[in-house]
Amino acid sequence: MAVISVRDLKKLYVVGDIEVRALRGVSVDVEQGEFLAVTGPSGSGKSTFMHILGCLDRPTSGQYFLDGKDVSRLTKNELARIRNHQIGFVFQGFNLLSRTSALENVELPLLYNSGASKASERKRRAMESLNLVGLGERSHHFPNQLSGGQQQRVAIARALINNPSILLADEPTGNLDTRTSVEVMEVFQTLNRERGITVLLITHERDIAEYGTRIVSFRDGHIRTDEKITKRRIASEEMAALPPVTAD
Amino acid sequence: MSIIMTFRIALKALNRNKMRTALTMLGMIIGVGAVITMVALGNGAQVSIEQAVQSAGTNVIMVNAGNFSSGGVRQGQGMSNSMTPDDAIAVREVPGVQYLVETINNRGGQIVAGNQNWNTRVEGTNVDLPLIKSWPLLSGQFITPTDVASASKVCVIGTTVKDMLFPDGGDPVDQVIRIGKHPFKIIGVLISKGQSSVGQDQDDVIYAPFTTVQKKMRGVTYIESMTVSAASADNIRQTADAIAAVLRVRHKIQPGDNDDFMVRTLEDIAAMRTETTKTMTALLAGIAGVSLLVGGIGIMNIMLVSVTERTREIGLRLAIGARGRDVLLQFLVEAVVLSMLGGSIGIGLGYGLSQGLTQFLLWPTSVSPDAVVMAFGFAAGIGIFFGFYPARKASALDPIEALRYE
Repeated sequence: MAVISVRDLKKLYVVGDIEVRALRGVSVDVEQGEFLAVTGPSGSGKSTFMHILGCLDRPTSGQYFLDGKDVSRLTKNELARIRNHQIGFVFQGFNLLSRTSALENVELPLLYNSGASKASERKRRAMESLNLVGLGERSHHFPNQLSGGQQQRVAIARALINNPSILLADEPTGNLDTRTSVEVMEVFQTLNRERGITVLLITHERDIAEYGTRIVSFRDGHIRTDEKITKRRIASEEMAALPPVTAD
Repeated sequence: MSIIMTFRIALKALNRNKMRTALTMLGMIIGVGAVITMVALGNGAQVSIEQAVQSAGTNVIMVNAGNFSSGGVRQGQGMSNSMTPDDAIAVREVPGVQYLVETINNRGGQIVAGNQNWNTRVEGTNVDLPLIKSWPLLSGQFITPTDVASASKVCVIGTTVKDMLFPDGGDPVDQVIRIGKHPFKIIGVLISKGQSSVGQDQDDVIYAPFTTVQKKMRGVTYIESMTVSAASADNIRQTADAIAAVLRVRHKIQPGDNDDFMVRTLEDIAAMRTETTKTMTALLAGIAGVSLLVGGIGIMNIMLVSVTERTREIGLRLAIGARGRDVLLQFLVEAVVLSMLGGSIGIGLGYGLSQGLTQFLLWPTSVSPDAVVMAFGFAAGIGIFFGFYPARKASALDPIEALRYE
């Protein structure tokens, strides 16, 4: 069964007198364990698509099945619950709380999950999540004491903590240099490969998209191409090939 | 999210910006502190009035010549010359009257003893004054019936006068002082009574026979007032009414006309003063309350800034599953914590200030638990009231917009 199944999704914005048709009928299925890269120029509708998939927005028409359940007509509070339980977000700007330790940042989604009311339980799960992205020993560092790549890994750990059905990454390497981009993509690939987590990666960079298993590219509110990646980039191999960081 | 958790998050958020938190709380601290101090001052004044009434005896009746309004002409108390010593004789016969003294004051006139001088009022009175005022003598004796009958130039002085005229100490009894142009022999000194409830120095007084003041100093035949003590505190009201009835007959006051005298019990006077004090307290507390309100507006201001600053944080929280009410609660609790923390410190400040006023300025104060609870509740209420709008604004944010906010 497809984790995500979208049928004829349309989104219409009305700004003043102008109607903007951001999505003009999009249908796509994403299977469990896929690493889907969504690309397209700005204004192509990929952001709107991602907001709807992330349950941050509702479509004007069409259906969106997440884990087989239609979530396109839920109320705001129900959507909040879905975001908390089934979706993990990773943003371009990391969006970590400043002066808050990595551990507490990772814990944050659990505060809005009534199923994790015990502090010790939250701490344990946050630690587990941090270990998953290889930052276990940095749990008490503040964001400003971490590098960009490490901050993004903390954000990934935060996205993972509620065991979501999908990991939604919106331009996760947009603020990072090449080396750290590879580092972060390695984390995504590892999670995808070893834990079978479905990853949706939104990017406008073709070479970043090639870390995925499939690329869907948007143009003018339509899916223009939908192709399997034949020559997939493997981040761990590239990491090994990169020259080691010299301390200066 | 549990409420305890919300409080912890609020404390953490406030802790992140200590300086701003402290300055915002300052408004509440000053507001609550001012309210508590003002109410404490008012309460203190009230308590001291009550104490003064109790110590003066609740069975005292004041009879003043003149009335606030007489025959359409407004006059001050004791400003009418319609009351005579004969009235006093008649009032003495009223059932329930125990003691009575006639009073007439002599105003002005420098008082000289040796090379010292002083200026104070000379009060003409009668022999029973120490009984009415329960005021014993330090030395010598009080005015005798013979002194009154013969209008002799003798006087009894309070300790302030004694200290001013005889700074070397020693007993001034039998010394002669000059009041204006009249020589008076001191026959007694009263013990110190301290300040009256209105802060007047009760020891700064010279008592002389009222007949002496009438004939030798003022050259009049009337008296200004009478101080009466009732036999018991229970029927004081009836006694006062009976006195008024007797005086009305003697002064030929027709029914419906205004009295040319005033009969008041000490309780009436105290009640009047308490009323005035209450009004003052309410006024002061009201002014202090305004500063509390300003403090509340300060909180709203800072919360609005905080919401704008933390738009991305709000967006993130909404994205990871916070509902609108979670965000609303978070910011509301932050505002309430600000105001309640400020309120608590303000209570401490108000208490300290009240103690300081009592300690250093000798102003009576009394911090009532009511005022503390009220001020604290008011502070919390202000937090909720002024915190709601910013919190509402935060919770209504669109997560997509908020996340994009730069």
